[in-house]
Amino acid sequence: MDIEFMRRFLPMYVKAAGLTLRLGATGIALSLVVGALCCLARQFRVPVLRRVAGVYIELARNTPLLVQLFFLYFGLPKIGVKLSAETCAIVGLTFLGGAYMAESLRSGLEAVDAIQHESGLSLGLTPMQNMRYVILPQALATAIPSIGANAVFLIKETSVFSAVALADLMYVAKDLIGMYYRTDEALLMLTLAYLALLLPLSIAFSLLERRLRHAGFGGAV
Amino acid sequence: MRDLAVLFKGNNLQRLLGGLGVTLELSLVSVALSIVLGLLAGVLMTLKNPVVRAVMRLWLETVRIVPQLVLLFLVYFGMAKTFNLQLSGEAAAVIVFTFWGAGEMGDLVRGAITSIPVHQRESSAALGLTRGQTWRFVLLPQAARRLIPQAINLTTRMIKTTSLVMLIGVVEVLKVGSQIIDAARYDAPQGAVWVYGAVFFLYFFACWPISLAAGWLEKRWA
Repeated sequence: MDIEFMRRFLPMYVKAAGLTLRLGATGIALSLVVGALCCLARQFRVPVLRRVAGVYIELARNTPLLVQLFFLYFGLPKIGVKLSAETCAIVGLTFLGGAYMAESLRSGLEAVDAIQHESGLSLGLTPMQNMRYVILPQALATAIPSIGANAVFLIKETSVFSAVALADLMYVAKDLIGMYYRTDEALLMLTLAYLALLLPLSIAFSLLERRLRHAGFGGAV
Repeated sequence: MRDLAVLFKGNNLQRLLGGLGVTLELSLVSVALSIVLGLLAGVLMTLKNPVVRAVMRLWLETVRIVPQLVLLFLVYFGMAKTFNLQLSGEAAAVIVFTFWGAGEMGDLVRGAITSIPVHQRESSAALGLTRGQTWRFVLLPQAARRLIPQAINLTTRMIKTTSLVMLIGVVEVLKVGSQIIDAARYDAPQGAVWVYGAVFFLYFFACWPISLAAGWLEKRWA
């Protein structure tokens, strides 16, 4: 191990980690929006949208991100749709993540007992109030662990972005291996960089999970 | 639309399907190994021994946090450089996916075993069943019902993750796709959209039935 070498290339990793984090965070945020929309379309049985959401979820969950990216980045320009590598990455990550988030949110909503709906309504809450104060807090509390797992999963998935020439962590490591043949150092720093990004995220979600565990009303705590 | 024909030109379709075969073969070997090792790991994870628990926990967190592509690079390039161990891309893939899959599978097994209420065990003892009988007739059937749908889901995740092996030089369906596109660069300039579209649907039709089966079993056994 050559510490001097590692110190010299640390700034490259920091910059790449920034890109990984920026693309990952944008993708996660958009995934939550797409997931919530799909979940709403299915929950309220909106006629056509409900089917569209169903087909989309199956398509996105059963295909790899790398293939989705190749289609977006190498396929679409051939029929005149040119997207930048970053746009492709975000679109791809959102396409994949939206479906996973939709499933997490759905299982959260399904876990709320029917009696909660009925009690809320019989107390005179409007359907909106019922959703806002009774259903959503419980549904979200149940969904948080799997939303957290999805967030970690999506950031891990960003590692394929190097295949469409985005200078993320993976790309920098490949570059250093190719240019200097410093495989050990490059891979060690790569692994540490992902640990530095994902360990805090995973810990933050388990703390959040513990704080939000107020939904256990009526069940086992 | 004209360039759609590139899919059916010569033996292109056969080559793509052959690539899909490589993908499925790699994932099925890894899945099979993961199931065997995962069952063992799962039982180890339920043990109370603090050392065993710590080791298992470290393993699980590692495979959960380090991206599979990084693990592939560590094994494929790292091993070659550090230990002078020249693994083929396929061997590296099976090692990595089994390392990852067995950890995830172990956690599913652990979850399935610990989710069975204690009173099931106590009731069996009260009924006079022996330890072996308790496992055979009471605990394992219930654990299996919880485990199987989740294990099937893990299988589809592993099939999808296999697409990464093209990045360490294994010729699987995605790589065959890009070879076909490169070869037909002049005859079919728009080939990329059709070939990658076809690869997309090949993956979809490989994974979708498996996902459906998992969903169906989950509902039936819930």
